[in-house]
Amino acid sequence: MTHNRNFSAWFLMLPALVLLFGFTYLPTIKTLWYSFFVNVPGVQPQASLDNYRYLFDDEVLWQVLKNNIIYTAITVPTSIILALLMALWVNAKLRGRGILRLAYFTPTILPMIAVANIWLFFYSPEIGLLNQLLAFFGYDGYNWLGDPNLALYSLMAMTVWKEAGFFMIFYLAALQNINTTLYQACAIEGAGRCYQFRRVVFPLLMPTTLFVLVNAVLNAFKLVDHLFILTKGGPNNASNLLLYYIYETAFSFLDNSYAAVLTVVMLLILLVLAVVQFGVLEKRVHYR
Amino acid sequence: MNVRTFFSTASAWLLALLWISPLLYAFWAAFHPSEYATQFSLSAPFTFEQFERAWQQAPFMRYMLNTIIITLLILACQLVVCTLAAYALARMRFRGRGVVFALILLQLMVVPEILIVENYQTLASLSIIDTYWAVGLPYFASAFGIFLLRQTFMTVPQDLENAAKIEGCGLLRIIWSVYVPLAKPTYFAYALVSISYHWNNFLWPLVITNTSSSRPLTVGLAIFGAPESGVDWSVICAGTLISIAPLLIVFLIFQRHFVQSFMQAGIK
Repeated sequence: MTHNRNFSAWFLMLPALVLLFGFTYLPTIKTLWYSFFVNVPGVQPQASLDNYRYLFDDEVLWQVLKNNIIYTAITVPTSIILALLMALWVNAKLRGRGILRLAYFTPTILPMIAVANIWLFFYSPEIGLLNQLLAFFGYDGYNWLGDPNLALYSLMAMTVWKEAGFFMIFYLAALQNINTTLYQACAIEGAGRCYQFRRVVFPLLMPTTLFVLVNAVLNAFKLVDHLFILTKGGPNNASNLLLYYIYETAFSFLDNSYAAVLTVVMLLILLVLAVVQFGVLEKRVHYR
Repeated sequence: MNVRTFFSTASAWLLALLWISPLLYAFWAAFHPSEYATQFSLSAPFTFEQFERAWQQAPFMRYMLNTIIITLLILACQLVVCTLAAYALARMRFRGRGVVFALILLQLMVVPEILIVENYQTLASLSIIDTYWAVGLPYFASAFGIFLLRQTFMTVPQDLENAAKIEGCGLLRIIWSVYVPLAKPTYFAYALVSISYHWNNFLWPLVITNTSSSRPLTVGLAIFGAPESGVDWSVICAGTLISIAPLLIVFLIFQRHFVQSFMQAGIK
């Protein structure tokens, strides 16, 4: 009978496992395998470590990694702080909270590509809305997407706008789960609102913060749609991110073996994130 | 209304206004003649001309149809594949269950977007590039869906299943008539998350589609809005609104459900 049950369990999981094997595990293994081969025109790919040697000399890669780290380090905390603020506002008895929630959440639902089109117009140098606003107040405009010092930050602004409302939802769920007696206890103890937030609400939101943090960092590495519309990674790779660079290498420069190496770098980053998520942070978060 | 509440309310509304301003602007540009794209005046005439031009310049109808088919195809296959796997993981004891579950969760980290190069090769060797199936295949086995449904199935009382067994129901029959009806809210939540994800997905469809026979709205819009296409702002805004309208309308109707679905998905 156990044998029979075993068989039906595997049978039920077969479609899922075949698909996961074909589109997740096998490609991962193949990527690793091909990263050790170099394409030589006219002959079979040669096994060599040249790809990995080139990694360390590839200035674009270091630029892209640096960009991605800055991008993550700024967008993630900003989105999270804004999300928390939004959730507190929507959760408080402010006027029109339904409309507020809707306004904050709407960017999340819209396609990145579609909103990037609109933002492109905000940022455009001559007629762009931002520069027009600046001109109205008597300031010179900037070339938001064409200036190497500004392009990445312009992308970040849009990312924060897109993500904050999404993370707000999770904070909102957590806030609604907090037992109201805790607030009453705070009131009886005569605790101020800041103290109440710091010592009661915030610690209870820690698991949510962890969840949001991991998601936000993952998104910072895997969501590059806006680059296609706004900057194409330019000017001169100033706003390029890792996944976009992988795409460029494979589908614009047609260098599959180097793209495989870059994908290995990406997988390593994700692996580190997974370890951090399950190892270090799990221990430090205060659960009820 | 003390000073503090007033201040909070004012900042909250200011931020909300800032948050929907891009959308408001798109509506302004799309419904007025091109020369008003950069200047706001109350006397600007109202027109549908931009929508007509966008409609003529790109096969939006076709893109829309493609997106709807792709989204529903993915959802339908996800529901079947994930339900079967979730039941096995929730209710069946077999050797290697923990390992299988861990392997499935791995896909939460290594999403299909990251493996575009290899997955493109795989589908090219199956010679189904530029088809609906090619866009959907990497997403059918969704770790997130399996995880969500497994959590729900685990809360179903075992007695119900035993009763169905006594009635002589087979395995698939039990899943279909005991588990699926009880997990309806989860299915609904998952459907909303999946639809909004795949309606908006861009990178993978961009790689795997070549022609308007399978190209979804997002990819069509990116080509349409490219600076080299020389289309003017108001028309791009109209095209953008055409692309987001169906999703936006569904979202506005079901917004409470949307918010709750995303919440539910997050808590688990």
